[in-house]
Amino acid sequence: MERQNEYVLRTVEERGVRFVRLWFTDVLGFLKSVEITPAELQVALEEGMTFDGSTIEGYSRIQESDMLARPDPNTFELLPTDHPETAVARMFCDISTFSGEPFEGDPRHVLKRNLERAREKGFTFFVGPEMEFFYFGSGVTVEPLDTAGYFDLTAHDLGSELRKQTVLRLEAMGIPVEYSFHENGPSQHEIDLRYTDALEMADNVMTFRLITKEVAADNGVYATFMPKPITGAFGSGMHTHVSLFEGDVNAFHDPGDEYGMSKVAKHFIAGLLVHASEICAITNQWVNSYKRLIPGYEAPVYKCWARNNRSALVRVPLSKTGKNESSRIEFRAPDPACNPYLAFSLILAAGLKGIEEGYQLPAEATDNIYALTDEERTAEGIGSLPGSLRDALDAMEHSALVAEALGSHVFENFLVNKRREWADYKADVTPFEIARYLGTL
Amino acid sequence: MGTLNELLLVFPDPAPPLLAQTLDLSGVRWKSVGNAAIAMQYEPVDGWTGAVVCADDDPEGAFTLCRTLRKGDSRVESILLLITGAQLHDLEDREDLFDDFCLTPFHPKELEARLRHLMFRAGRAGSPEVASYGELVLNFETYQAAVSGKPLDLTYMEYELLKFFVTHPGKVFTREQLLSRVWGYEYYGGARTVDVHVRRLRAKLGEENANLIQTVRSVGYRFGQSRWPGATPPRDFR
Repeated sequence: MERQNEYVLRTVEERGVRFVRLWFTDVLGFLKSVEITPAELQVALEEGMTFDGSTIEGYSRIQESDMLARPDPNTFELLPTDHPETAVARMFCDISTFSGEPFEGDPRHVLKRNLERAREKGFTFFVGPEMEFFYFGSGVTVEPLDTAGYFDLTAHDLGSELRKQTVLRLEAMGIPVEYSFHENGPSQHEIDLRYTDALEMADNVMTFRLITKEVAADNGVYATFMPKPITGAFGSGMHTHVSLFEGDVNAFHDPGDEYGMSKVAKHFIAGLLVHASEICAITNQWVNSYKRLIPGYEAPVYKCWARNNRSALVRVPLSKTGKNESSRIEFRAPDPACNPYLAFSLILAAGLKGIEEGYQLPAEATDNIYALTDEERTAEGIGSLPGSLRDALDAMEHSALVAEALGSHVFENFLVNKRREWADYKADVTPFEIARYLGTL
Repeated sequence: MGTLNELLLVFPDPAPPLLAQTLDLSGVRWKSVGNAAIAMQYEPVDGWTGAVVCADDDPEGAFTLCRTLRKGDSRVESILLLITGAQLHDLEDREDLFDDFCLTPFHPKELEARLRHLMFRAGRAGSPEVASYGELVLNFETYQAAVSGKPLDLTYMEYELLKFFVTHPGKVFTREQLLSRVWGYEYYGGARTVDVHVRRLRAKLGEENANLIQTVRSVGYRFGQSRWPGATPPRDFR
């Protein structure tokens, strides 16, 4: 660690870095930042920075509100800037208590703990998410760039220009991009990140959301990861490609199998299907998330898997011949407004459970699942994802798997927070009701 | 002039007395070898600092050794050839086998000056805290890297990987070798992490320089030009 610290201190000095932002994440996946000056950096690296944890959502514990943010020097990175004379750097932090124990409410720690479990079984967990989002004129009203007020720019396509800037800034920060393109919805875009190990990817997702919003703000518009901002249009998902490696070998690949999938991959998928409802409150954590998970917009609703059916919950992309390292599965439930540390933790936990218990993979869904009747689906053993945040919370509350993977602190805090959100939503008289009922009832 | 981990290769074995004396007086650590096989056997972990090859007595043996040092796995970047005036015509078409030459009998001060110049250009003795390849420069003391004078924003591991590449140009490394040499034993994951970091480095090097790190199919990675016959010689190596 000493050489890493020296690297950080020296770089700050050499590059004239004026501020160092210490980043961490609350239980809902909001990025938190403490800014320190270079003078405080050495102490921060060696001892950590004290902060009041009771102000952070999901951290609060009256008896031990003071906590330490310990910067991870491996994540030290200069933030892209047009003003190199006031360079700013960032580091992700691990949160610990004053006695030096990792804080169990820290989502980054939760993911580290779950990755450690995979490692004990000889697996490294790789993740590559597809990030979808919308550009709007502001964060106040839904006003797509390519339909409202920006018609004159469509030839030039402002959204694509912003996306290009975002990709360049991501690459400059060492977050490689696989593809990017205009999505189905108006002003909707997608940027696919190249896979990395899950911890780095969770950090990357946090950085990604910030950079996307910053580039938009720099150009006077707003980027949102809200799962379903427009009624009747496609929502924003975070289809998550995952694979397990045993050393250098892709544990999901089996060239002799008709699907090219190993037993490990099949058990992993089965684990996801069995536990999908329990982990849904984490992968899709907002009231609004469930407005996306409806039929008709390529969002998953039913718990099944398929190779080429984009309405399936788990899709097995065709792996290019001879490229065993690209064998992976795509879990299509998560949305980009999730907490990536917790979402990756539970995807992994569900998959590992499938491997441990040897869950059997049901047959591939070949029909259009939406065209089936409820009875036909039941006969085929295909259940559905929770229909609302409340249903998802009910499923989560009874899940030993989720309680264990998250740890009791995060598990309980999350449920309390989300029950409150549901209660607020339930008490709200919505525009839908006014429009439909006021004039007739 | 030298530091502890630097070792100069000298041919033949034993070294001519005046050469041995000159090197000793200049403070260089050196080892005389009789042929390429022995050179391989005694090669230090970080490679030879350079080579002084004397072609007086055994020109064929000398050129064979130079050729091996240029093309084998234990490439030596700075080769000083010692020849007599009568042998000058032998240099024709062998320009790729040495970096500089010195006529024998040599003046000790000239040999020393040429050697120091060679080491300086290789970035080892003259300014041991700096390594460069083409437009890319790494300063080991300040941990900073720059392309064409423009600083690169690297994470610690990206810097360490790039440093390893720049100090081992032209050679192919497997992912496992890179893992153990750059990440060391602390590392627990698979070699996929090397791919991830190479991809990140390429992104940061920018489009024009991304191909400095080349993927060698089903083997691993190579930084800079190949040292194999048929490939363009590393002209821009400094």
